[in-house]
Amino acid sequence: MKHVDEYRDGEIARGLARRIAAEAREDHSYRFMEFCGGHTHAISRYGIEDLLPASIRMIHGPGCPVCVLPMGRIDDAISLAKRPEVTLCTYGDLMRVPGSNGASLLKTKAAGADIRMVYSTLDAIAIASNEPERQVVFFAIGFETTTPPTAMAIRLAQKKRLTNFTIFCNHVLTPSAIQTILEASDPDAVKIDGFVGPAHVSTIIGTAPYRRFASEFRKPVVVAGFEPLDVVQAILMLVRQVNQGRAEIENQYIRAVTEDGNRKALDEIADIFELRETFEWRGLGEIPRSALRLREPYAQFDAERRFPVVTKPARDNPACECGAILRGVKRPQDCKLFGSACTPETPMGACMVSSEGSCAAYWAYGRFRQFEQPSMQRVSR
Amino acid sequence: MNKYEPLGRKLDLRRGCVDLSHGAGGRAMARLIADVFHAAFDNDFLRAGNDQSAFDVSGGRMVMTTDGYVVSPLFFPGGDIGDLAVNGTINDIAMAGAKPLYMSASFILEEGFPLADLQRIAQSMGEASRAAQVPIITGDTKVVERGKADGVFISTACVGVAPVDLDLSGDKARPGDVVLLSGPIGDHGVAVMSRRENLAFETEVLSDTAALHELVAAMIDAAGASIRLMRDPTRGGLAATLNEIAHQSRVGVRISESAIPVRAQVAAACELLGLDPLFVANEGKLVAFVAPEAAETVLAAMRAHPLGEKSARIGEVIEDDHCFVQMTTGFGGGRIVDWLSGEQLPRIC
Repeated sequence: MKHVDEYRDGEIARGLARRIAAEAREDHSYRFMEFCGGHTHAISRYGIEDLLPASIRMIHGPGCPVCVLPMGRIDDAISLAKRPEVTLCTYGDLMRVPGSNGASLLKTKAAGADIRMVYSTLDAIAIASNEPERQVVFFAIGFETTTPPTAMAIRLAQKKRLTNFTIFCNHVLTPSAIQTILEASDPDAVKIDGFVGPAHVSTIIGTAPYRRFASEFRKPVVVAGFEPLDVVQAILMLVRQVNQGRAEIENQYIRAVTEDGNRKALDEIADIFELRETFEWRGLGEIPRSALRLREPYAQFDAERRFPVVTKPARDNPACECGAILRGVKRPQDCKLFGSACTPETPMGACMVSSEGSCAAYWAYGRFRQFEQPSMQRVSR
Repeated sequence: MNKYEPLGRKLDLRRGCVDLSHGAGGRAMARLIADVFHAAFDNDFLRAGNDQSAFDVSGGRMVMTTDGYVVSPLFFPGGDIGDLAVNGTINDIAMAGAKPLYMSASFILEEGFPLADLQRIAQSMGEASRAAQVPIITGDTKVVERGKADGVFISTACVGVAPVDLDLSGDKARPGDVVLLSGPIGDHGVAVMSRRENLAFETEVLSDTAALHELVAAMIDAAGASIRLMRDPTRGGLAATLNEIAHQSRVGVRISESAIPVRAQVAAACELLGLDPLFVANEGKLVAFVAPEAAETVLAAMRAHPLGEKSARIGEVIEDDHCFVQMTTGFGGGRIVDWLSGEQLPRIC
């Protein structure tokens, strides 16, 4: 496949890996956080950790929107779906996310609720147009990448004068979460030496919003694509910044990302959405100004205003280590629930629910490492 | 260190209910079969965990299987629910190294289903069964009220005969065995997906639906005694099949990503849809586990058959108490190939 295979070339990868191994200092440890689940997935799926020297540790960040959605919001979606007049449209990966007491949209659907998996916001709009007697609620979720499609759906609903379409808005913002991780004050907080910056999110917001992470927090950020070679190259760029004592915003993903982002999409988001004062992130807690809601002129499309939605606090299983894992303090295999009570089929915590979550990625691709496989080759220095 | 229960937690039989993941060919389905059906029907044949069972009768060894088809849409590029049902059922018999003899077909029809579609499906079944020389010799028809089924569901059974000295089974893989695959993966799943109402995309990929019993016969002729087992990687794809076998045989499997044939169009469609071809269904492919000394002989026999021209050696069996399927990625790293979690695609067969 042209334009894809080039970014997965094993030969080039081994060349870059040799360069990383040669430049990474043996007396130094490098802890880099890849913020996005897309990067976590690429690292696991392509076995990138096998190409890195032991001095480099990748910390898997909270950049998986499904994972960080708090349980209370899943409960809200379930209660919306149980309303007889409601058809809840959702992306497939939300179906199995556990709410309180083991409930999930998948089980709620099996019990008779009208829940439909859609592949785009346009599918939900089509259902609302074709079935005017149903109240169609789109379960809107995601970082800045999926916000423009939701905005487009609102525009379209407005144009079509749909009175039976609303969104249950759970869009969250990347920079606020990175800042929270950097400001984490718990004594066991992991020192992070640099970030592999978001790929798709940055195509929308550009690289500019990350500037203060370099200037104020002195952390290098390399914005990188989701292909495995992108990630390996970004790691090399981060190693060089650390070695040279630099803290800069660099853009590895120049084929898609500019400094200022996608102006048109940003304007549309700004017109339709406003900041929530605060929003709960699963594993990270309340983060101020980290999420979006619909502005007043679009209130008629807001499921939270049309239906009584009162988010009740819901507690994760106390043994679940997702919070510590999302902050990089612990690894999936450090959690007692991992692999026993908590698996992708029966996820207990946030990191196991989406294939982009660090526990799910580790479970699906990497758990053999726990049982040291001597025959697995590592790149030697 | 955590101990892994390969099939995950037990079902909540008191409060739980069937959801779509219980039919998706992954761990949830394996769990359902173990906790509900095996528990209720318990016997040695079922416990072997194969897609068919073989039993001795006076004068030979018989093989029997049954299968159900609920694919949506009913018609897709390269086939329809009719030839899929015939070929799929024959393949379950063929995977035991057996010669399929006779089939049954039972239809559950939804009130309002167009007769023209039903005729088209029946004709397609007839053609497939004549081509395979496995006649449909008995059947049944039921009609349910509108809304109680989705057009047509087909349920089949098939019997065949196996050489008395041949005992292929999913628990026979041993460390050192070579894993052979009969051709490119993912065609069927991608072809079906391309016709999904809300997912329609242009592709030239056709379903690979095909009866594999003649390919199997050629393999048995070449080195039957050295073949440990065969299985067709349908729902859940190659990944599910390799995990089932690793689990049944209590071994590990190591495969090489670059050795697994995938058509460029299938790879492109999977890329677009965020799918992994390893989990996408096939309806005309088989995986064979073969003793190392006979691997080349069997591979040559497969390649000499039109349905196995693109056969490849994709990996080998290793010792591993955790029964992991591991893969060396094209990128040069290592990873696990797990069972499918939840469902990647509903009702593809």
